[in-house]
Amino acid sequence: MIRVENVHKSFGPLKVLKGIDLTVDQGEVVSVIGGSGSGKSTLLTCINGLEPIDQGRIEVDGIEVHAASTDINKLRRRIGIVFQQWNAFPHLTVLENVTLAPRKVLGMSRSQAEEIGVKQLDHVGLGDKLKVYPSKLSGGQQQRMAIARALAMSPDYMLFDEVTSALDPQLVGEVLDTLRLLASEGMTMIVVTHEMRFARDVSDRIAFFKDGLIHEIGPPSQIFDKPQKPETADFLKAAD
Amino acid sequence: MFDTALTFSDLMFMLRGAALTLAITAVSVAAGTILGITFGVIRHQVGPWFAAPLTFVLDVLRSVPLLIQLILANAFQSIAGLGWSPFVVSCVVLSLYTSAYCSEIVRGGIQAVPMVTRRAARSLGMTWGQDMSHIVFPMALRVALPSWIGLTLGVMKDSALVLWIGLIELLRASQILITRLQEPLFILIIAGAIYFLISFPIARLGDRLEKQWRENDPS
Repeated sequence: MIRVENVHKSFGPLKVLKGIDLTVDQGEVVSVIGGSGSGKSTLLTCINGLEPIDQGRIEVDGIEVHAASTDINKLRRRIGIVFQQWNAFPHLTVLENVTLAPRKVLGMSRSQAEEIGVKQLDHVGLGDKLKVYPSKLSGGQQQRMAIARALAMSPDYMLFDEVTSALDPQLVGEVLDTLRLLASEGMTMIVVTHEMRFARDVSDRIAFFKDGLIHEIGPPSQIFDKPQKPETADFLKAAD
Repeated sequence: MFDTALTFSDLMFMLRGAALTLAITAVSVAAGTILGITFGVIRHQVGPWFAAPLTFVLDVLRSVPLLIQLILANAFQSIAGLGWSPFVVSCVVLSLYTSAYCSEIVRGGIQAVPMVTRRAARSLGMTWGQDMSHIVFPMALRVALPSWIGLTLGVMKDSALVLWIGLIELLRASQILITRLQEPLFILIIAGAIYFLISFPIARLGDRLEKQWRENDPS
């Protein structure tokens, strides 16, 4: 379970998160929607411990992410994250991209890691690209590779930070299909997205972010059909 | 017909000088690169303010002509009674000189690695050390290699300056023969050819690695 309690976060004078409360249960898919600069992506990097927080606490399975005593590298093995920008390791082949962390972080043998790597790359539809370098892949393929790379660590949670925003429209579908597949398999996910139809289809709950706060949270039927707050309705109308 | 007084033993004399040039270059580039990587990583890691004293020392090493550094270092070690041989003095001075340039190359290489790529590595649970050794260094190497090859070739040629503290390396050996045989053009052509034969494989190796890497790099 991911539990976020009253989290505040600033970058210099800019207050990005102003008291976020959110609980994500095992197997749940929560989509986070909202305008640019509303703090959606920052929340994900805070959950993964990539950014410190100013106030509040974030727990993953009861372990406090930002506690000094927490071995953050160990905790991160359980929380996969995929970012907006493709961040392939350009000097490694697709298979090496996926097997590096299992080998170095989890201490697997090369053959063990490759077995998992091949399985995960097959899973995201890149089984025929094992020996290829990332520069030879399309944006959508690189993004799917990044998903396989995170999955190869067998995480309990996956965080997706606008993974389709930097893609050409015709490549968005293949990545969303991969996310749909993961959701159907019961992966616990927090998905920051601008793809409203996708959010509606796969999410158990949707959180609407505005000005560093969760303005409204509820099942897709509530958010899309009967929003409780006028700001939610305004945002959805503009996004349509 | 072409006639020369240069004997086989004179040629061996030049080759011994070339061996000394090669030895000083190899030691200085190896030690200078290790130091340069260390300094470069420290400077990148601690930020400009904390690195200021180190940066200052490296700036001095880069801006004072190598010849002055060699002569001063040789004089100071003698005053301090260290008893270093000219070879040791040459290696120490050239290593520090190389490290100053190399630290800049390393810093540039590290800075060229996108922050998002490093974040991706850390998000997978890699430690700082794993990120450095498996992601940052291999990626930085591709950026830094051409400059490093240039530095190595430069140091090899600059090493000729050690003749001023009494070492008979390739250039000094050539000078001695010119004075004795009065055949400056012929001897300098041979010396130049030897310098070229030392440099060529290094430059070619660099080209080959670059070409190999370019095939995998984003266009």
